[in-house]
Amino acid sequence: MSEQVLLAARGVRKSFGEVEVLKGIDLDVRQGQVVSLIGASGSGKTTFLRCVNLLEEHDHGDILLDGDPIGYRVEGGRRRRLSEAKVSAQRARIGMVFQSFNLFPHLTAEGNVMLGLTKVLGKGKAEAKDIAGQWLDRVGLGERRGYYPYQLSGGQQQRVAIARAVAMQPRLLLFDEVTSALDPELVSEVLGVMQKLAESGMTMLVVSHEMLFVRDVSHHVVFMDGGRVAQAGTPQEVFGNPESERLRGFLGRFHGLFGQAA
Amino acid sequence: MELEPGTFLFDAWTARYALLNGLRVTITSSVFSIVLASLAGLILGIVLSYAWWPLRLLVRLYVDVMRGIPVLVLILFTYYGLALFRINVPPYWAGVIALAAFATAHVAENLRGAVQSVPAGQMEAAKAIGLTFPKRLWYVIVPQAIRRMLPPWVNTCLEIVKGTTLLSVIGVVELLLANQQVIARNYMVVEFYLMSAVIYLVLNFSIAQLGALLERRFSYIRY
Repeated sequence: MSEQVLLAARGVRKSFGEVEVLKGIDLDVRQGQVVSLIGASGSGKTTFLRCVNLLEEHDHGDILLDGDPIGYRVEGGRRRRLSEAKVSAQRARIGMVFQSFNLFPHLTAEGNVMLGLTKVLGKGKAEAKDIAGQWLDRVGLGERRGYYPYQLSGGQQQRVAIARAVAMQPRLLLFDEVTSALDPELVSEVLGVMQKLAESGMTMLVVSHEMLFVRDVSHHVVFMDGGRVAQAGTPQEVFGNPESERLRGFLGRFHGLFGQAA
Repeated sequence: MELEPGTFLFDAWTARYALLNGLRVTITSSVFSIVLASLAGLILGIVLSYAWWPLRLLVRLYVDVMRGIPVLVLILFTYYGLALFRINVPPYWAGVIALAAFATAHVAENLRGAVQSVPAGQMEAAKAIGLTFPKRLWYVIVPQAIRRMLPPWVNTCLEIVKGTTLLSVIGVVELLLANQQVIARNYMVVEFYLMSAVIYLVLNFSIAQLGALLERRFSYIRY
């Protein structure tokens, strides 16, 4: 992998009150890669993802996107928090898809995709409509562009949410357990869309419990445990040769999907 | 039908211009108060939800004071109180200001509650696409909050319409005082008070229906 590093985390720490949730995360995401974060609940995967998009502020360390620190600038050797407007501009370069979809209920599928295009990127209405239509087609919902979120199934809502994020042409897309709130029969349609995105070269950082997806689609897998990166490597390395008891135990929970489950 | 002098219909017809004028005053003062209170309440509601804490505290104080004072006292104070400071406001506008000031507090408080009840994920999704704070409010949070505060807002409108009757005490000839002036000439107490009651009922019923219509119109905003 010689592609340029797009996202780099160095010694990222984050506490909620007394509890340190991230205890120094180091991680690289290269251009065009799919990196998956796996691990038990409470291991810090989602918190890390939220720090990347500034939904949480990390306390120590650096998160660099294209070499620029996320959330602060260095001035005379000191860190200074970025203004709201600058933070918003940074967020616009990173897309995020949530577990609970979070579509805007007062807007149609098309309106959801268009909002960022018109109000953040400043595109004209006609152009935004065009782009929204294309992306809704790509996620298989071109016919439903005029539907309101409550008229769509969970899987359809999540696909609209993916279209909303990717239409902004972000440098990086974050996926936060995007299939966990879905009925089992709706999971595959969302994973299918994600796989197509991955194949198109989109850089993705994915928190997921869908181990088969993680194994088959990721370039790089990071197993997190207790706020630290416990093991990282290619899917073959992580799934084929789990180094720690914890990882073996974690993988073993997935119905013996992986041969050597404890 | 013959209109004999001394019958209700005859007297009502004779006084029709005064009565219609009263109705006009009731309607316009209500509309002005509702519009003013809705706009000011929207702003103060946002302040209550998001502003820097000293500002929030100030608005909180305003809301609590307004909710704790009878509207009649507010009206009298606005009219006579401002005159003490040599600010002469015509009674009509003093009344509108007092009613609006009162209703603003209710709208602000209702909006705060509505904003709080919008799921946190909405703000996060709005952040995630890179919207700045004012745009997050305007395009994502406020539309949903307004949908949620429609029912209490309709109640506030009804309160305002009923509250305009209190303007009669500072000499604004709205519907009630117009009726009273007619009654003072013919002593048809029951008939004319009944008529004004029916007119208020029709006005408020229409507003409530309009509110229900709006609620249906925006029923797609759900989760």
